[in-house]
Amino acid sequence: MNTCPVCDAAVRPPDDPVEGELLECPDCGCELEVLSLDPVVLGEAPEAEEDWGE
Amino acid sequence: MIRVSIAGGSGYAGGELLRLMLGHPAAEVCQVTSERLTGKFVRNVHPNLRGATLLKFCRLDELTPCDVLFLCLPHGESSRRIDDFLRLAPRIVDLGADFRLRDPAAYQRWYGRPHPRPELLERFVHGLPELHRVELRDAELVACAGCNATASLLALRPLWETGLAESAVIEVKVGSSEAGAAVTKGSHHPERSGALRSYKPTGHRHTGEIVQGLATATDAAGGGAEVHFSATAVDMVRGVLATCHVFTSQRLDDKALWRVYRRAYGIEPFVRIVKERSGIHRCPDPKLLAGTNYCDVGFECDPDSNRVVVLSALDNLMKGAAGQAVHAFNVMHEIDERTGLEFDGLHPA
Repeated sequence: MNTCPVCDAAVRPPDDPVEGELLECPDCGCELEVLSLDPVVLGEAPEAEEDWGE
Repeated sequence: MIRVSIAGGSGYAGGELLRLMLGHPAAEVCQVTSERLTGKFVRNVHPNLRGATLLKFCRLDELTPCDVLFLCLPHGESSRRIDDFLRLAPRIVDLGADFRLRDPAAYQRWYGRPHPRPELLERFVHGLPELHRVELRDAELVACAGCNATASLLALRPLWETGLAESAVIEVKVGSSEAGAAVTKGSHHPERSGALRSYKPTGHRHTGEIVQGLATATDAAGGGAEVHFSATAVDMVRGVLATCHVFTSQRLDDKALWRVYRRAYGIEPFVRIVKERSGIHRCPDPKLLAGTNYCDVGFECDPDSNRVVVLSALDNLMKGAAGQAVHAFNVMHEIDERTGLEFDGLHPA
Protein backbone atom coordinates (compact mmCIF):
# COMPACT_ATOMS: atom_id res chain seq x y z
CA MET A 1 0.00 0.00 0.00
CA ASN A 2 1.29 3.47 -0.91
CA THR A 3 0.28 6.83 0.51
CA CYS A 4 -0.97 9.88 -1.30
CA PRO A 5 1.74 12.57 -1.38
CA VAL A 6 -0.94 15.25 -0.93
CA CYS A 7 -3.21 14.00 1.86
CA ASP A 8 -1.45 10.91 3.22
CA ALA A 9 -4.38 8.60 2.48
CA ALA A 10 -3.64 4.93 1.86
CA VAL A 11 -3.63 4.36 -1.92
CA ARG A 12 -3.57 0.95 -3.48
CA PRO A 13 -1.46 1.03 -6.64
CA PRO A 14 -2.66 -0.85 -9.72
CA ASP A 15 -2.04 -4.61 -9.67
CA ASP A 16 0.19 -4.50 -12.71
CA PRO A 17 1.47 -0.94 -12.76
CA VAL A 18 3.04 0.78 -15.71
CA GLU A 19 5.38 3.73 -15.36
CA GLY A 20 3.44 6.91 -16.06
CA GLU A 21 0.09 5.29 -15.27
CA LEU A 22 -2.43 7.63 -13.68
CA LEU A 23 -4.71 6.92 -10.76
CA GLU A 24 -6.84 8.97 -8.41
CA CYS A 25 -6.56 9.34 -4.62
CA PRO A 26 -9.81 8.11 -3.05
CA ASP A 27 -9.75 10.85 -0.37
CA CYS A 28 -8.60 14.12 -1.93
CA GLY A 29 -9.15 13.23 -5.58
CA CYS A 30 -5.59 14.16 -6.52
CA GLU A 31 -4.46 12.66 -9.80
CA LEU A 32 -1.39 10.53 -9.09
CA GLU A 33 1.23 9.16 -11.42
CA VAL A 34 3.28 6.01 -11.08
CA LEU A 35 6.81 7.46 -11.08
CA SER A 36 8.75 4.23 -10.72
CA LEU A 37 8.03 0.52 -10.45
CA ASP A 38 10.47 -1.16 -8.11
CA PRO A 39 9.40 -0.10 -5.62
CA VAL A 40 6.20 1.59 -6.78
CA VAL A 41 6.50 5.32 -6.13
CA LEU A 42 3.54 7.65 -6.60
CA GLY A 43 3.77 11.36 -7.26
CA GLU A 44 1.39 14.16 -8.07
CA ALA A 45 0.52 14.13 -11.74
CA PRO A 46 1.00 17.44 -13.52
CA GLU A 47 -2.30 19.27 -13.61
CA ALA A 48 -3.74 21.61 -16.19
CA GLU A 49 -4.39 24.88 -14.36
CA GLU A 50 -7.92 26.22 -14.35
CA ASP A 51 -8.69 29.91 -14.26
CA TRP A 52 -11.00 30.45 -11.30
CA GLY A 53 -11.50 34.13 -12.00
CA GLU A 54 -8.28 35.22 -10.37
CA MET B 1 -42.14 0.45 18.15
CA ILE B 2 -40.99 3.53 20.02
CA ARG B 3 -43.94 5.88 20.56
CA VAL B 4 -43.00 9.48 19.87
CA SER B 5 -44.88 12.77 19.88
CA ILE B 6 -43.91 16.21 18.65
CA ALA B 7 -44.74 19.32 20.66
CA GLY B 8 -44.78 22.21 18.21
CA GLY B 9 -45.13 20.58 14.81
CA SER B 10 -46.25 23.44 12.60
CA GLY B 11 -42.87 25.13 12.11
CA TYR B 12 -40.16 24.20 9.65
CA ALA B 13 -38.06 22.14 12.09
CA GLY B 14 -41.16 20.41 13.46
CA GLY B 15 -42.34 19.60 9.94
CA GLU B 16 -38.98 18.23 8.96
CA LEU B 17 -38.89 16.11 12.11
CA LEU B 18 -42.38 14.81 11.36
CA ARG B 19 -41.29 13.88 7.82
CA LEU B 20 -38.31 11.95 9.17
CA MET B 21 -40.14 10.20 11.98
CA LEU B 22 -43.04 9.12 9.74
CA GLY B 23 -40.48 7.23 7.68
CA HIS B 24 -38.51 5.89 10.63
CA PRO B 25 -38.93 2.11 10.85
CA ALA B 26 -38.55 1.97 14.64
CA ALA B 27 -40.88 4.85 15.54
CA GLU B 28 -44.60 5.48 15.61
CA VAL B 29 -45.69 9.13 15.61
CA CYS B 30 -48.60 9.38 18.04
CA GLN B 31 -49.37 13.09 18.33
CA VAL B 32 -48.27 16.41 16.86
CA THR B 33 -49.28 19.71 18.44
CA SER B 34 -50.05 23.19 17.22
CA GLU B 35 -52.07 25.62 19.29
CA ARG B 36 -52.95 27.66 16.20
CA LEU B 37 -53.88 24.77 13.92
CA THR B 38 -55.59 22.36 16.33
CA GLY B 39 -57.88 19.98 14.47
CA LYS B 40 -56.29 20.61 11.08
CA PHE B 41 -54.53 17.93 9.07
CA VAL B 42 -50.74 18.36 9.24
CA ARG B 43 -50.64 18.46 5.44
CA ASN B 44 -52.23 21.92 5.58
CA VAL B 45 -48.87 23.39 6.61
CA HIS B 46 -46.60 20.56 5.47
CA PRO B 47 -47.89 19.84 1.95
CA ASN B 48 -44.94 17.53 1.27
CA LEU B 49 -46.60 15.09 3.70
CA ARG B 50 -49.74 14.64 1.59
CA GLY B 51 -50.51 10.95 1.49
CA ALA B 52 -47.92 10.18 4.16
CA THR B 53 -50.21 10.64 7.16
CA LEU B 54 -53.70 11.56 8.24
CA LEU B 55 -52.48 13.01 11.54
CA LYS B 56 -54.17 16.17 12.78
CA PHE B 57 -52.66 18.74 15.09
CA CYS B 58 -53.75 18.65 18.72
CA ARG B 59 -53.20 21.06 21.63
CA LEU B 60 -50.28 20.78 24.02
CA ASP B 61 -52.65 20.00 26.89
CA GLU B 62 -54.05 17.06 24.90
CA LEU B 63 -50.69 15.26 24.79
CA THR B 64 -50.74 11.77 26.28
CA PRO B 65 -47.77 9.78 27.62
CA CYS B 66 -45.26 8.51 25.07
CA ASP B 67 -41.73 7.09 25.01
CA VAL B 68 -39.96 10.10 23.51
CA LEU B 69 -41.27 13.64 23.32
CA PHE B 70 -39.66 16.00 20.81
CA LEU B 71 -39.94 19.72 21.54
CA CYS B 72 -39.94 22.13 18.56
CA LEU B 73 -41.38 25.11 20.37
CA PRO B 74 -40.74 28.85 20.24
CA HIS B 75 -37.90 30.05 22.42
CA GLY B 76 -38.81 30.04 26.11
CA GLU B 77 -41.75 27.61 25.83
CA SER B 78 -39.75 24.45 26.58
CA SER B 79 -38.42 25.79 29.87
CA ARG B 80 -41.81 27.28 30.80
CA ARG B 81 -43.65 23.96 30.35
CA ILE B 82 -40.87 21.52 31.16
CA ASP B 83 -42.57 20.06 34.26
CA ASP B 84 -45.62 19.06 32.16
CA PHE B 85 -43.37 17.48 29.56
CA LEU B 86 -41.36 15.54 32.15
CA ARG B 87 -44.62 13.94 33.33
CA LEU B 88 -45.43 12.81 29.78
CA ALA B 89 -42.23 11.10 28.66
CA PRO B 90 -39.15 9.53 30.21
CA ARG B 91 -37.00 10.92 27.40
CA ILE B 92 -37.18 14.39 25.88
CA VAL B 93 -35.33 15.77 22.86
CA ASP B 94 -35.53 19.56 22.67
CA LEU B 95 -34.71 21.18 19.31
CA GLY B 96 -34.94 24.66 20.84
CA ALA B 97 -32.35 26.80 22.56
CA ASP B 98 -33.63 26.77 26.14
CA PHE B 99 -31.36 24.07 27.53
CA ARG B 100 -28.29 24.20 25.29
CA LEU B 101 -26.04 26.19 27.61
CA ARG B 102 -24.99 24.42 30.79
CA ASP B 103 -23.88 27.52 32.67
CA PRO B 104 -26.71 29.81 33.90
CA ALA B 105 -24.33 32.79 33.73
CA ALA B 106 -23.66 32.06 30.05
CA TYR B 107 -27.42 31.91 29.45
CA GLN B 108 -27.83 35.28 31.16
CA ARG B 109 -25.07 36.73 29.00
CA TRP B 110 -26.30 35.47 25.64
CA TYR B 111 -30.06 35.56 26.18
CA GLY B 112 -30.19 38.68 28.33
CA ARG B 113 -32.21 37.26 31.20
CA PRO B 114 -31.84 34.68 33.97
CA HIS B 115 -32.61 31.09 33.03
CA PRO B 116 -36.04 30.16 34.45
CA ARG B 117 -34.97 26.62 35.42
CA PRO B 118 -31.20 26.69 35.99
CA GLU B 119 -31.29 23.54 38.12
CA LEU B 120 -32.19 21.51 35.02
CA LEU B 121 -29.36 22.69 32.77
CA GLU B 122 -26.87 20.08 33.93
CA ARG B 123 -29.33 17.26 33.25
CA PHE B 124 -29.47 18.02 29.54
CA VAL B 125 -26.97 16.40 27.20
CA HIS B 126 -25.92 18.48 24.19
CA GLY B 127 -27.37 16.67 21.19
CA LEU B 128 -24.49 16.63 18.73
CA PRO B 129 -23.59 12.92 18.46
CA GLU B 130 -20.11 13.61 17.05
CA LEU B 131 -19.25 15.32 20.34
CA HIS B 132 -21.47 13.54 22.86
CA ARG B 133 -22.18 10.05 21.54
CA VAL B 134 -21.34 8.27 24.80
CA GLU B 135 -23.46 10.55 27.00
CA LEU B 136 -26.38 10.36 24.57
CA ARG B 137 -26.73 6.60 24.92
CA ASP B 138 -28.17 6.94 28.44
CA ALA B 139 -29.52 10.47 28.16
CA GLU B 140 -33.04 11.21 29.35
CA LEU B 141 -32.92 14.90 28.37
CA VAL B 142 -31.27 16.12 25.19
CA ALA B 143 -30.81 19.66 23.89
CA CYS B 144 -29.98 19.67 20.19
CA ALA B 145 -27.35 22.12 19.02
CA GLY B 146 -28.22 25.23 17.04
CA CYS B 147 -27.64 25.10 13.30
CA ASN B 148 -24.84 27.70 13.18
CA ALA B 149 -23.24 26.19 16.28
CA THR B 150 -23.36 22.75 14.67
CA ALA B 151 -21.62 23.95 11.51
CA SER B 152 -19.04 25.88 13.54
CA LEU B 153 -18.33 23.18 16.10
CA LEU B 154 -17.88 20.44 13.51
CA ALA B 155 -15.50 22.70 11.60
CA LEU B 156 -13.43 23.81 14.58
CA ARG B 157 -13.52 21.11 17.20
CA PRO B 158 -10.71 18.94 15.73
CA LEU B 159 -8.31 21.90 15.75
CA TRP B 160 -9.17 22.70 19.36
CA GLU B 161 -8.94 19.08 20.49
CA THR B 162 -5.43 18.82 19.14
CA GLY B 163 -4.40 22.13 20.72
CA LEU B 164 -3.48 23.61 17.34
CA ALA B 165 -5.97 26.49 17.34
CA GLU B 166 -5.46 29.76 19.16
CA SER B 167 -8.47 31.74 17.94
CA ALA B 168 -11.06 31.76 15.19
CA VAL B 169 -13.23 34.19 13.27
CA ILE B 170 -16.39 32.53 11.94
CA GLU B 171 -18.56 33.99 9.21
CA VAL B 172 -21.74 32.07 8.43
CA LYS B 173 -24.02 32.58 5.46
CA VAL B 174 -27.51 31.37 6.22
CA GLY B 175 -30.70 30.64 4.33
CA SER B 176 -34.11 32.12 5.10
CA SER B 177 -35.61 29.00 6.74
CA GLU B 178 -33.23 29.59 9.65
CA ALA B 179 -35.50 32.46 10.68
CA GLY B 180 -38.43 30.07 11.14
CA ALA B 181 -41.93 29.91 9.72
CA ALA B 182 -43.25 33.05 11.41
CA VAL B 183 -43.62 36.05 9.13
CA THR B 184 -41.46 39.10 9.89
CA LYS B 185 -40.57 42.31 8.09
CA GLY B 186 -37.28 40.69 7.13
CA SER B 187 -39.03 37.70 5.53
CA HIS B 188 -41.18 39.86 3.25
CA HIS B 189 -40.27 38.88 -0.33
CA PRO B 190 -39.07 42.30 -1.53
CA GLU B 191 -36.79 42.47 1.50
CA ARG B 192 -35.54 38.89 1.54
CA SER B 193 -35.18 38.12 -2.15
CA GLY B 194 -31.63 38.76 -3.33
CA ALA B 195 -30.56 39.61 0.21
CA LEU B 196 -26.94 39.71 1.29
CA ARG B 197 -27.62 41.19 4.70
CA SER B 198 -25.34 41.14 7.72
CA TYR B 199 -27.91 40.58 10.42
CA LYS B 200 -25.65 39.80 13.36
CA PRO B 201 -22.04 40.97 12.96
CA THR B 202 -21.45 40.44 16.70
CA GLY B 203 -23.35 39.09 19.68
CA HIS B 204 -25.09 36.11 18.02
CA ARG B 205 -26.47 33.74 20.65
CA HIS B 206 -24.88 30.71 19.08
CA THR B 207 -21.47 32.14 20.02
CA GLY B 208 -22.04 31.00 23.61
CA GLU B 209 -22.77 27.48 22.44
CA ILE B 210 -19.68 27.40 20.23
CA VAL B 211 -17.47 28.62 23.07
CA GLN B 212 -19.01 26.01 25.36
CA GLY B 213 -18.43 23.21 22.83
CA LEU B 214 -14.84 24.20 22.22
CA ALA B 215 -14.11 24.77 25.91
CA THR B 216 -14.76 21.11 26.67
CA ALA B 217 -12.14 20.27 24.04
CA THR B 218 -9.64 22.84 25.24
CA ASP B 219 -9.93 21.67 28.84
CA ALA B 220 -8.32 18.46 27.63
CA ALA B 221 -5.79 20.16 25.37
CA GLY B 222 -5.00 22.99 27.79
CA GLY B 223 -5.70 25.80 25.32
CA GLY B 224 -8.17 28.70 25.10
CA ALA B 225 -11.37 29.24 23.13
CA GLU B 226 -11.31 32.71 21.62
CA VAL B 227 -14.04 32.74 19.01
CA HIS B 228 -15.64 35.58 17.06
CA PHE B 229 -18.85 35.02 15.10
CA SER B 230 -20.77 36.93 12.43
CA ALA B 231 -23.85 35.92 10.45
CA THR B 232 -25.07 37.01 7.03
CA ALA B 233 -28.46 36.24 5.47
CA VAL B 234 -28.18 35.16 1.84
CA ASP B 235 -30.65 34.29 -0.91
CA MET B 236 -31.10 30.62 -0.14
CA VAL B 237 -33.96 28.73 1.55
CA ARG B 238 -32.04 25.97 3.30
CA GLY B 239 -28.40 25.89 4.21
CA VAL B 240 -25.52 27.16 6.28
CA LEU B 241 -21.99 27.76 5.06
CA ALA B 242 -19.49 28.54 7.82
CA THR B 243 -16.17 30.04 6.75
CA CYS B 244 -13.87 29.80 9.74
CA HIS B 245 -10.56 31.66 9.80
CA VAL B 246 -8.53 29.78 12.39
CA PHE B 247 -5.25 31.16 13.70
CA THR B 248 -2.98 28.34 14.75
CA SER B 249 -0.03 28.04 17.08
CA GLN B 250 2.21 26.76 14.29
CA ARG B 251 2.42 26.77 10.51
CA LEU B 252 0.48 23.79 9.18
CA ASP B 253 0.22 22.11 5.81
CA ASP B 254 -2.68 20.33 4.13
CA LYS B 255 -1.27 16.90 4.90
CA ALA B 256 -1.24 17.66 8.63
CA LEU B 257 -4.82 18.89 8.41
CA TRP B 258 -5.89 15.78 6.57
CA ARG B 259 -4.50 13.74 9.45
CA VAL B 260 -6.35 15.86 12.06
CA TYR B 261 -9.71 15.74 10.28
CA ARG B 262 -9.41 12.13 9.20
CA ARG B 263 -8.78 11.13 12.81
CA ALA B 264 -11.81 13.14 13.97
CA TYR B 265 -14.30 12.14 11.29
CA GLY B 266 -12.93 9.10 9.47
CA ILE B 267 -15.73 6.82 10.69
CA GLU B 268 -18.47 9.38 11.33
CA PRO B 269 -21.57 8.54 9.28
CA PHE B 270 -22.64 12.16 8.73
CA VAL B 271 -19.44 14.20 8.52
CA ARG B 272 -17.58 14.09 5.22
CA ILE B 273 -14.23 15.67 4.45
CA VAL B 274 -14.67 17.57 1.19
CA LYS B 275 -11.46 18.82 -0.33
CA GLU B 276 -11.35 17.89 -3.96
CA ARG B 277 -8.42 18.72 -6.19
CA SER B 278 -10.43 19.23 -9.34
CA GLY B 279 -13.89 19.88 -10.66
CA ILE B 280 -16.37 22.56 -9.62
CA HIS B 281 -17.36 21.02 -6.26
CA ARG B 282 -14.01 21.31 -4.47
CA CYS B 283 -15.33 22.74 -1.21
CA PRO B 284 -18.38 22.17 1.00
CA ASP B 285 -21.52 23.63 -0.56
CA PRO B 286 -24.88 23.68 1.27
CA LYS B 287 -26.78 23.54 -2.01
CA LEU B 288 -25.79 19.89 -2.43
CA LEU B 289 -26.89 19.02 1.10
CA ALA B 290 -30.55 20.09 1.07
CA GLY B 291 -32.60 17.40 2.77
CA THR B 292 -29.57 15.40 3.90
CA ASN B 293 -28.10 14.95 7.35
CA TYR B 294 -24.52 15.49 6.23
CA CYS B 295 -22.13 18.15 7.38
CA ASP B 296 -19.36 18.55 4.81
CA VAL B 297 -16.08 19.94 6.15
CA GLY B 298 -13.14 21.18 4.09
CA PHE B 299 -9.99 23.17 4.78
CA GLU B 300 -7.06 24.98 3.24
CA CYS B 301 -3.87 26.38 4.70
CA ASP B 302 -2.79 29.92 3.98
CA PRO B 303 0.80 29.40 2.83
CA ASP B 304 1.81 32.88 4.02
CA SER B 305 0.57 32.83 7.60
CA ASN B 306 -0.60 30.72 10.52
CA ARG B 307 -4.16 30.91 9.21
CA VAL B 308 -6.22 27.89 8.27
CA VAL B 309 -9.56 28.36 6.53
CA VAL B 310 -12.05 25.68 7.52
CA LEU B 311 -15.35 25.47 5.65
CA SER B 312 -18.41 23.57 6.74
CA ALA B 313 -21.80 23.25 5.14
CA LEU B 314 -25.09 21.69 6.18
CA ASP B 315 -28.86 21.89 5.85
CA ASN B 316 -30.01 23.94 8.85
CA LEU B 317 -33.31 22.04 9.09
CA MET B 318 -31.59 18.65 8.91
CA LYS B 319 -28.12 18.36 10.45
CA GLY B 320 -28.81 21.72 12.11
CA ALA B 321 -32.15 20.65 13.66
CA ALA B 322 -34.44 17.70 12.85
CA GLY B 323 -31.83 15.37 11.34
CA GLN B 324 -29.58 15.89 14.33
CA ALA B 325 -32.53 15.09 16.64
CA VAL B 326 -33.21 11.83 14.79
CA HIS B 327 -29.49 10.98 14.86
CA ALA B 328 -29.52 11.54 18.64
CA PHE B 329 -32.71 9.45 18.90
CA ASN B 330 -30.97 6.60 17.07
CA VAL B 331 -27.94 6.79 19.37
CA MET B 332 -30.20 6.88 22.45
CA HIS B 333 -31.94 3.68 21.32
CA GLU B 334 -28.87 1.90 19.94
CA ILE B 335 -30.39 1.90 16.45
CA ASP B 336 -28.12 2.03 13.40
CA GLU B 337 -27.24 5.73 13.30
CA ARG B 338 -28.20 6.18 9.64
CA THR B 339 -31.73 4.87 10.13
CA GLY B 340 -34.26 7.31 8.73
CA LEU B 341 -31.48 9.58 7.51
CA GLU B 342 -30.30 7.74 4.41
CA PHE B 343 -31.13 10.45 1.84
CA ASP B 344 -27.98 11.44 -0.06
CA GLY B 345 -29.34 14.60 -1.63
CA LEU B 346 -30.07 15.78 -5.14
CA HIS B 347 -27.83 16.80 -7.98
CA PRO B 348 -28.52 19.07 -9.64
CA ALA B 349 -30.60 20.70 -6.92
